[in-house]
Amino acid sequence: MKKDLQGLFESQRLAVLATQNEGQPYTSLVAFTASKDLKQLFFATTRATRKYANLTADSRVAMLIDNRSNKAIDFRWAMSVTATGKADEIEGREKEEASKLYLAKHPHLEEFISSPGCAFLRISVGRYYVATRFQKVIEVHVKP
Amino acid sequence: MRFVLPLHEIGEKDRLRVGGKGVALALMAKRGLRVPEAVCITTQAYREYAKLTAIRDQIVMELYRKPFKEMRWEEIWDASLRIRNFFSRTPIPPGLRDMIMPAIRSAFSGKIVSVRSSAPGEDASKTSFAGLHESYINISGEEAILNHIRLVWASLWSDRALLYRQELGLDVEKSVMAVIVQEMVQGERSGVVFGKSPMDESQAVVEAVYGLNQGLVDGTVEPDRWILNRKTGAIISHHAALREKALRPAPRGVRLVSLSAGLKRRPPLEQRDVAEVHGLVMKAESLFGVPQDVEWTYKTDILHPLQARPITTSSASEEDERPWYLSLHRSFENLKELRTKIERELIPAMEEEASHLARRHISDLSDAELADEMDYRRGIYNKWLDVYKRDCIPFAHGMRLFGQVYNDVVHPKDPFEFMELLVGAKMVSIERNEMLRDLASWIRREPELEACLKQNRLDQCDASFLEAFDAMSKRFADLTWGEARFGQDSRRVVDFLIEMASWPPAKETQKTESHEELMEKFLSHFDGDQRSHAMEMIDIARASYRFRDDDNTYLGKIEGQWLATLEEGRRRVGKRCKMDTASIEAGQIIKALRDETETPEACVLPEKGLMEGEFKIKARQLVGQPAGPGIAFGTARVVQDPSDLFQFKTGEVLVCDAVDPNMTFVVPLAAGVVERRGGMLIHGAIIAREYGIPCVNGVADAGKLIRTGDRVTVDGHLGIVIIGEPSLKDAEAA
Repeated sequence: MKKDLQGLFESQRLAVLATQNEGQPYTSLVAFTASKDLKQLFFATTRATRKYANLTADSRVAMLIDNRSNKAIDFRWAMSVTATGKADEIEGREKEEASKLYLAKHPHLEEFISSPGCAFLRISVGRYYVATRFQKVIEVHVKP
Repeated sequence: MRFVLPLHEIGEKDRLRVGGKGVALALMAKRGLRVPEAVCITTQAYREYAKLTAIRDQIVMELYRKPFKEMRWEEIWDASLRIRNFFSRTPIPPGLRDMIMPAIRSAFSGKIVSVRSSAPGEDASKTSFAGLHESYINISGEEAILNHIRLVWASLWSDRALLYRQELGLDVEKSVMAVIVQEMVQGERSGVVFGKSPMDESQAVVEAVYGLNQGLVDGTVEPDRWILNRKTGAIISHHAALREKALRPAPRGVRLVSLSAGLKRRPPLEQRDVAEVHGLVMKAESLFGVPQDVEWTYKTDILHPLQARPITTSSASEEDERPWYLSLHRSFENLKELRTKIERELIPAMEEEASHLARRHISDLSDAELADEMDYRRGIYNKWLDVYKRDCIPFAHGMRLFGQVYNDVVHPKDPFEFMELLVGAKMVSIERNEMLRDLASWIRREPELEACLKQNRLDQCDASFLEAFDAMSKRFADLTWGEARFGQDSRRVVDFLIEMASWPPAKETQKTESHEELMEKFLSHFDGDQRSHAMEMIDIARASYRFRDDDNTYLGKIEGQWLATLEEGRRRVGKRCKMDTASIEAGQIIKALRDETETPEACVLPEKGLMEGEFKIKARQLVGQPAGPGIAFGTARVVQDPSDLFQFKTGEVLVCDAVDPNMTFVVPLAAGVVERRGGMLIHGAIIAREYGIPCVNGVADAGKLIRTGDRVTVDGHLGIVIIGEPSLKDAEAA
């Protein structure tokens, strides 16, 4: 399972981040990366965004990572993973470590994440919901 | 893009779009061999049809339900039947039809044709296996021709074809099929010639029958066989067949007719015919460069080649079960013989064997003698297991054959509708369930009896009840489940009955369409002779359905006798080494019995956790196949051990590897059934349908991913199992 998740996370550049504002769900496409132990997911955003405002008010977030190809075959071959957990902004050493991972995957975003208005965020994953073959769903509970 | 190519336009360059068979016919026609008039519906037409109708997408959904390697042959058959139904219910869209029809009309107007598969790659030396795809003969009329083109397309996804193409990846986008529509030559004598014998490279082989070739190819009619010197064509030997019947054209297909006394005596080929047929295969070989296998027919003494393909030798290894699987496809004639054999020989012999074993006492044997007896009984059990595999499992094909015919004429939305017509044949396990149910309602009616039974004073309870109980136990005493026997412990059975009695009786299942209506819907497509043939087919299918359970039950009795010695062996070894021997395998027990000093290794099974580091894996929703319609919700009871079975409570969801005929008695109590083993026609699915209980089977790791006590929803319409409260009350707090 861990291997499958690692494989998927490495293969995908973008993920869908879900936040909410007073019960109104809101989704955004973000460039992401995962920690080696898969317990954390990282992404970056400027502080003026709606998603940043939302997750500052409520840190509970979900993130969807999938490998669909927009063909019928997706119903059987695509894998989609929903991660749920809490997001918080990291800085200093923590940010330094994580951004190394992040930039290894997205080298062209170096300027973006080092700009003053950009926040670097970490999701501490509580659970993964892994869907394959359209309907097979496995939950992965991550120990904190 | 060309959707139809006439034979004279086809050349080697077209191999990919007309298939090997199409190219071979075109080449032979060019060289002046009397090949019947033909056109080829190219793979492009198939592609277009699959795309326009979105059948391609439906195949994807059906085929990749789970990894192909994990599918059992029965599940493959089910998927294949569903796919075939898509094709047979989806007409060719008008635009495409308009591009195909004129060529067929101008070539065959008013003529009778055969419609044959010609899959590219089918004749490639490594993947060539005769009979993987369908061919239809004696077809007339534009509609019928188009319908059969679709059925040939569907056979690209036949169970056999799937098994043999799996190495090629079964890529839905790349799998295509061409079809040859060929004028039907209503030959009087037909056969096959092999340019090089698979047994002896210096020889060629000619096989011939009266009538059409189909009779020989599907094994219905035994052929005369000539072995020839490959080079000279000189006859080395002739094996005459017991000539009795011939397959002849008939309205809506073909029929088997008896030969006249004159023909029975005379071989279908004269010496000079054998020489001519040999000449044909040699000519084909010089044309194609490699030894050929040619189907031919004689009509008014003129020899027509019908198709040619390179000879391939299958290099199946011992473990390759596919040849065995192919052998499961039996002709109707063959099924009739098999039925007689099972009814008249095998079942009585199995009963006789079981009672012979029951007469041999084991308690006073010495340890060494017991070991010998174990070997003896295990040998007998294995012998019958082989017989079961050889004769009884193939007979299950009777249901499949009927299902296909039913779908071809009725075109039902549910491709398994035909099963309704099979239910009603009474199975042994259903009979036992009825006896259990009667006993339970007896207890329900009489509180005094219940109190008495609960207090463990069996012998003091109502005598007439005990009599009925004993009768039931005796009748089914030797039945096994796993390694437990039904009659082993009457206390458990009594407790089970008390549990059964504590719930209101199960309601009868309702059927939407009655048997009679369905039966008439099916039979109305046949008249005269064909009608009685159709009824005979239902009869075979019903027998096949019933045996599916019964023969297993009889085998279970023999197994019970073998297990009785194993139990005794385990008891003795356990006593000697003072440990629990329940999971020590038979070979170890026998060894330990023979050797006073040796003690088997401890049998603690390693705990199999589903932890991966700090990740805890938990199934939320599992996919199987919809094997019994309906939706049920309840607490799971994972049955892995006989004791689990007797603890089963009404309203629980039965989760197991496979519902064995011998554990059927708990099924009526279950709210739903989940099995690891998949298949629409396997015992569990049949029983669940019989009782109207939602069932999902073919769920990989069902017994591991679901645990006793889990709340589960069984969706028997979609074939999924959801674990957890339906309202997701257990959502995380994180």
